[in-house]
Amino acid sequence: MGKINIVFNDMKLEVDEGTTILEAAKNIGVHIPTLCHLDLEGFGIVNQVASCRVCVVEVEGRETLVPSCAEKVYEGMVIHSDSIKAMSGRRMAVELLLSNHPKDCLSCAKNLECELQSLAQELGIRDIYWEGERLKYKKDTSTFSLIKDPNKCVMCRRCETMCNEVQTCNILSAVNRGFESFVGPAFNMDMADSACTFCGQCVAVCPTAALTEMDNTTQVWNELVNPKKHVVVQIAPAVRVAIGEMFGLEPGTVTTGKIVTALRKLGFDGVFDTNFGADLTIIEEATELIHRINHKGTLPMLTSCCPAWVKFFEHQFPDLLDIPSTCKSPQIMFGAIAKTYYAQKKNINPESISVVSIMPCLAKKAEAKRPELTKDEQSNVDIVITTREFGRMMKSAGIDFVNLPDGEFDKMMGESTGASIIFGTTGGVIEAAVRTAYEWLTDKELEDVNFKQLRGMEGIREASVFIGEMELKIGIAHGLGNARKLLEDIQSGKSKFHAIEIMACPGGCIGGGGQPYHHGNMEILRKRQEALYVDDENKVHRKSHENQEIIKLYKEFIGEPYGKKAHELLHTHYVARQKI
Amino acid sequence: MPKPISQKKTYSIDNLPKEKFDLLDEYIGGISDKEGSLIHILHKAQELFTFLPMEVQLHIARKVDIPASKVFGVASFYSYFTSNPVGKHTISVCMGTACFVRGSNKIFDKLKELLEVESGETTKDKLFTLKDVRCVGACGLAPIIMVDDKVYGRVKLEDVEGIVKNYKDGE
Ligand code: SF4
Ligand code: SF4
Ligand code: FES
Ligand code: FES
Repeated sequence: MGKINIVFNDMKLEVDEGTTILEAAKNIGVHIPTLCHLDLEGFGIVNQVASCRVCVVEVEGRETLVPSCAEKVYEGMVIHSDSIKAMSGRRMAVELLLSNHPKDCLSCAKNLECELQSLAQELGIRDIYWEGERLKYKKDTSTFSLIKDPNKCVMCRRCETMCNEVQTCNILSAVNRGFESFVGPAFNMDMADSACTFCGQCVAVCPTAALTEMDNTTQVWNELVNPKKHVVVQIAPAVRVAIGEMFGLEPGTVTTGKIVTALRKLGFDGVFDTNFGADLTIIEEATELIHRINHKGTLPMLTSCCPAWVKFFEHQFPDLLDIPSTCKSPQIMFGAIAKTYYAQKKNINPESISVVSIMPCLAKKAEAKRPELTKDEQSNVDIVITTREFGRMMKSAGIDFVNLPDGEFDKMMGESTGASIIFGTTGGVIEAAVRTAYEWLTDKELEDVNFKQLRGMEGIREASVFIGEMELKIGIAHGLGNARKLLEDIQSGKSKFHAIEIMACPGGCIGGGGQPYHHGNMEILRKRQEALYVDDENKVHRKSHENQEIIKLYKEFIGEPYGKKAHELLHTHYVARQKI
Repeated sequence: MPKPISQKKTYSIDNLPKEKFDLLDEYIGGISDKEGSLIHILHKAQELFTFLPMEVQLHIARKVDIPASKVFGVASFYSYFTSNPVGKHTISVCMGTACFVRGSNKIFDKLKELLEVESGETTKDKLFTLKDVRCVGACGLAPIIMVDDKVYGRVKLEDVEGIVKNYKDGE
């Protein structure tokens, strides 16, 4: 790559050809504020529409200020990011955005997490000189997962990049023109009627509160104070390596023990682990895979733990509904067992059990409301809150999370193996399944449970695992755009895999739409991923079929894996949906 | 200045004539760069159907193989395109700055009251569609209203009823 000489704030620099002014500034530690720009490094995700002009700088010889995020350097370029002209240009851009913004920060869902708010703070804005005309659009609260408030949209188009380019769902597009413009689905339809998967990746990157999660914390508080309710809670694997971030801990700090203690303090009657549900999923999924291999069933088999992925293939590939595993997701399996087995053993009327899930995910909220997953007019899972909502609940209860002592999960549905912990990252579900399938197919003990060839962060990975004589070909995709590629290969008969794992979110659940905001720092995702593998290593049992509580559950209640009762309780079906 | 903003769901209608879809398909079939010609396709469709309801936009999306959200995005960007059925005459009221300060909003309100429609809607008798438009470049004559291609300049509030009546009587 060629080198280019530039002058940046009176410093002579040599930078790579093709560098943007913003990147050049970053390299020498000069900060230029940005808003619309988003670069999820290492994931190949870039939003570069240069629409906000918050990042403008002065370039000698140019009449107007230039957006540093989009403008590439050229030989001899003389740039000033610290001139009065540049600073006031940036300030003006922010003031303009604020002039028609609702500015109800005190009660805004994004208070203290909003990038527009931080900009106003960073640029020292104290007065807003123009009060412009305001939009008066309706909020879209039609879905169980997210809320869209067009009035707070700053037209950065980050959500469009996520939805259209990364997820290839194509739900969101700029509507109207100029002042009246906002981002929304086709035909101004309700989000609930669109082919939205509720992956929440648009929420994960929206700088303001134009897209936020549907908050269900009030419902949880109401259950907790209801004396007639026995409220049990489960936490997903990815939550434990991320929640600490909301309390100042390093990303990737494993806080399982503290979470358990906090949940008891909040008043939950049973504190359990979704990992238990994950181990259960592996028993069913591995059995299903072996069954399909032995009986020449449909292959490849696709994992089905991710509800955004499920909704994606229902809308986009309605002809492939027989390919995914019929296994319910771990959270739903957990709910089903809580309302049956647990209820029986505890002698509690299932009607008075309330199951709360704490998930890194927005799609889990909608999943819990799917009609086929709500048995006997009684949901398997009653309320789903995200990692962020859980963090807010602890904050409002004044819980000093960082200094909490470690607690232990309750018995019966609290035990888990290392295999289930890695469900939280891309590659983890299939690795867990392979660990069990290997031992079951070969009748031999697996010496090294670490299938390193399945790990990583590339969007699409393929690997082979030898099970005795048999070569099991495995495909892994995270991000729905990558999933689409694997599915198109299946459609065209090109696919050579036996099993494919898919997670909708970049990185898997660790990068879920309900996790503490990463604000574009992808290092955070890597640290969360690492932490899951370390937590796995630290477990005595690392194969799902070694989970003692699971063994007991089958013996006492379910019977055969993939058997009749298992089908009733733990398997489901899919629905063909429209692509719009 | 309070201004109603339309965020209404796109007009939807069954039983659109099949021949028109056939003509549209024929047109689309003759284009090599379909995606790049989306605007032309929308023009053609509006010429055929006189408006672009959801069904027509969705049809185009499927034919051209692009997301419906994108077709809608483009159709909603250009004020030339309308997704509502249009009446025999279109009354456009200029809401540009010059017209606005000379009271075009009051004229607009008066028309809404008179015709019993909101912006972008068509009267029950299918005679008039009311629209607000951006500066039409005749600021010297502000405030402006246009009925189809005919421009009425320096319109006074009390003129409005007469203008509408003229077209009604012409029927
Ligand atoms: S939740 Fe996912 S699919 Fe739905 S609009 Fe957002 S990015 Fe698109
Ligand atoms: S909804 Fe959010 S992410 Fe999307 S354009 Fe508006 S402000 Fe940006
Ligand atoms: S951050 Fe560069 S234009 Fe928005
Ligand atoms: S403002 Fe009405 S014609 Fe220019």
